[in-house]
Amino acid sequence: MSSVTPTEIKEEFFKNKIGIAGIVILSILILTSIIAVITIPVETFKEWNNPGSWISYPKVAIPVWVNLFLSEKIPEHKILESPKINYDNAENISVTYHQFGINFDYDDFPNDFIYEFSAKYSGSTLLQMDIIRPDGIHLKLLSTSLPNLDSNSIHSERIFSTDDSIKKNLILQSSKFSFSLDNLSAEDIVFSKTEKQEPLKGNYVFLIKMYGNNSENKIQDSKLIIGGKAFGIMGTDELRRDLAVGLLWGTPLALFIGLVVSIASVVLGLLYGVYAGYRGKKTDEVMMRFNDVIYALPALPFLIILSVTISNSIFVLVGFLMVFGWVGIAKVARSMSLQIKTRGYVEAATMMGQTDSKIVLRHILPQLLPYAFASIAISVPAAITTEAGLSFLGLGDPSFPTWGQILHDANVYGAASRGLWWWILPPGVMIAVTGLAFVFIGNALDSIVNPKLKR
Amino acid sequence: MTLKRYVGTRLVTMFGVLMITLLITVLLVGSNMDSILKQGVVFQVRSEITENPKISESFSSVDEFESFVQMQIEQRIKTLGLDEPWYSPQRIGLTMYKILTLDFGRATFLTSDSGSSDVKEIILEKLPRTILLFTTATIIISVIGIFLGAFSGSRVGSIVDRLTSSFAVISSSFPVWWIGMLMIFLFSFVYQIFPARATPLIPSSDPNYIGSLLYHMALPLITIVMIGFGSWAYLVRNFIVGIMQEDFIIAKKTIGVDQKKIIYSHALKNAAPPIVTILALSLSGSLGGAIITEAVFDWPGMGRLYFEAITVMDLPIIIGATYILTVFFLISIFIADLLYGYFDPRVRVG
Repeated sequence: MSSVTPTEIKEEFFKNKIGIAGIVILSILILTSIIAVITIPVETFKEWNNPGSWISYPKVAIPVWVNLFLSEKIPEHKILESPKINYDNAENISVTYHQFGINFDYDDFPNDFIYEFSAKYSGSTLLQMDIIRPDGIHLKLLSTSLPNLDSNSIHSERIFSTDDSIKKNLILQSSKFSFSLDNLSAEDIVFSKTEKQEPLKGNYVFLIKMYGNNSENKIQDSKLIIGGKAFGIMGTDELRRDLAVGLLWGTPLALFIGLVVSIASVVLGLLYGVYAGYRGKKTDEVMMRFNDVIYALPALPFLIILSVTISNSIFVLVGFLMVFGWVGIAKVARSMSLQIKTRGYVEAATMMGQTDSKIVLRHILPQLLPYAFASIAISVPAAITTEAGLSFLGLGDPSFPTWGQILHDANVYGAASRGLWWWILPPGVMIAVTGLAFVFIGNALDSIVNPKLKR
Repeated sequence: MTLKRYVGTRLVTMFGVLMITLLITVLLVGSNMDSILKQGVVFQVRSEITENPKISESFSSVDEFESFVQMQIEQRIKTLGLDEPWYSPQRIGLTMYKILTLDFGRATFLTSDSGSSDVKEIILEKLPRTILLFTTATIIISVIGIFLGAFSGSRVGSIVDRLTSSFAVISSSFPVWWIGMLMIFLFSFVYQIFPARATPLIPSSDPNYIGSLLYHMALPLITIVMIGFGSWAYLVRNFIVGIMQEDFIIAKKTIGVDQKKIIYSHALKNAAPPIVTILALSLSGSLGGAIITEAVFDWPGMGRLYFEAITVMDLPIIIGATYILTVFFLISIFIADLLYGYFDPRVRVG
């Protein structure tokens, strides 16, 4: 063991390319975590396991950027929330117009379209939905009366493209199309060319009109969803969740788990090992036997049983990981302190009558610090992969979406054999990259602390 | 310390660990186990009475019949010793004794392929498959690892050496099960060569079963080997690099012994003790990792059994499988220790 000063370590470290690469990756990850914490509100990720909050998202949608590499563009899932609003009050009839424009530029039909609204009105009202196509054709989709409300109260509804009356209305206008509309769904007709059943590109306008006899009638929330097969930067999963949210939030969680577990277990192991080595004799013997016992416990089965029976909270898991993490470090720390103990200055300090705790903290521990930093870095990936493994088995903390849990869901829904690569690749790459950053830093530190390994 | 004494202390430690593991497991799942056992008794008594219509006919009112059933249940619980709380020393002792003698009781939900719900039978059916997959993988890994390691260790700084080292670092930070998912994606979705599920579809009595099992084994085997051999080669390389600087090797070089002979017979021979020890350890380590790997590939071994048992909370199986896994783990640590002590006498003294 060599004694290296902190400045030497710093200098050596910045000469090491791999070490710098590790630091760069780590800073990117930390930046990602900060971005995630700032941009995505805590409420969003707390809703991760609540299917209700993801309802307007598409199922297993491919990431949007895939379209850049395809000649046939996959329709994007679009959620339009800000319509152009007009009011018209003539005589006794008031009309509310909500107008959604959408530029449809894809080579496949959308999955569906959904109009979601809540309206505040009194008396009876009529809701009309029309579409103006890029070729100028005006199609009537729906004309339906909303339930009669006495006072100014709110009515919420979702109109799906699968609605029977939409289909009936379209069949009535079948003369505009030169092919049979019988077995086609509404979106396949609306977005089709008139001469043959192929997507028609261009600007579409969805026009929603509400007729009533009260001038205070209003559509409050108005949302048009054009269901597509591509969505977001990272796509969505089977449960319609935006994977970007899970991946981003997984970063701070993984860093938290990895760093807390490794720092705590290194500190614990260091103190334990140094104390055992320093005291020696019976204390050492007893402490090392206990160490042997923990060392021989099969970690994974135990972690599984613990999280099944006690709690699957992420904080409890961090504690369990520490219990299994300190053992190896304690062994090395002990043998190192056995060596340091025999050095002149320690013996001098003993003879001067310094207390044991002072000798350990002042004279032995500082010597072990470089080793400690290297082991912290090296043991981070193990902590992250163990947590990911447990989450993968379905034992993760449901209130915190980690990368392992995303992969668990992917496995449950057979993502691999269905070819849903965007569900499998990113979480694993994130786990590996995070691990690699720490392995790089650890290796660089290690080669400074143990010059023998350099060759 | 003599070798005998060394073996003795190791054995005592290992037995102690086994007992502690058992005790912790029993303490952790005890209360759940207790209610499951009691439910089992209630079910047993009720089904015995319904099978025998004469008993129910002999009662005049429903209340009378119910109190008779309740009495029967209480009696049964008392004879089985279940009336004491589950944390009483007698019951914990009894449970531990039963587990030690491999009497794990009956599984709550899961059954073996042949339909038995005896935990011991289920485990005996799954265990050979896990051993088959992971022993084969470990052997292949160690063969590739030793030769690649020896090769790159003798040519430090060469392209092969650099590739091996960087592959080792990179592959060790990927979770095996994630690579498994990618392999399934590649080889059963993109190129449909191997099946996605590693459980053979034909029953185990079929003569073609072994062949089908081996075919289904290919994908998990390739994955485990791919992830494993890098770090092995790296390890062997580091040993060889260390040994190549020893005086006796340098002496052999100077008197003109063939380089290949030096590496493969002299250097490797000296690196053997730590390599053999790590081989024993990694075998047991792979058993622990089997839980997740088998879950990914749906390989019908111990790991998947464990996974299934957790998902339905089948406690007798969880206890039994933990016990067996611990025993295997301890045996291999014990063997590793022994080999190390045998090869390297300094350990025994220190």
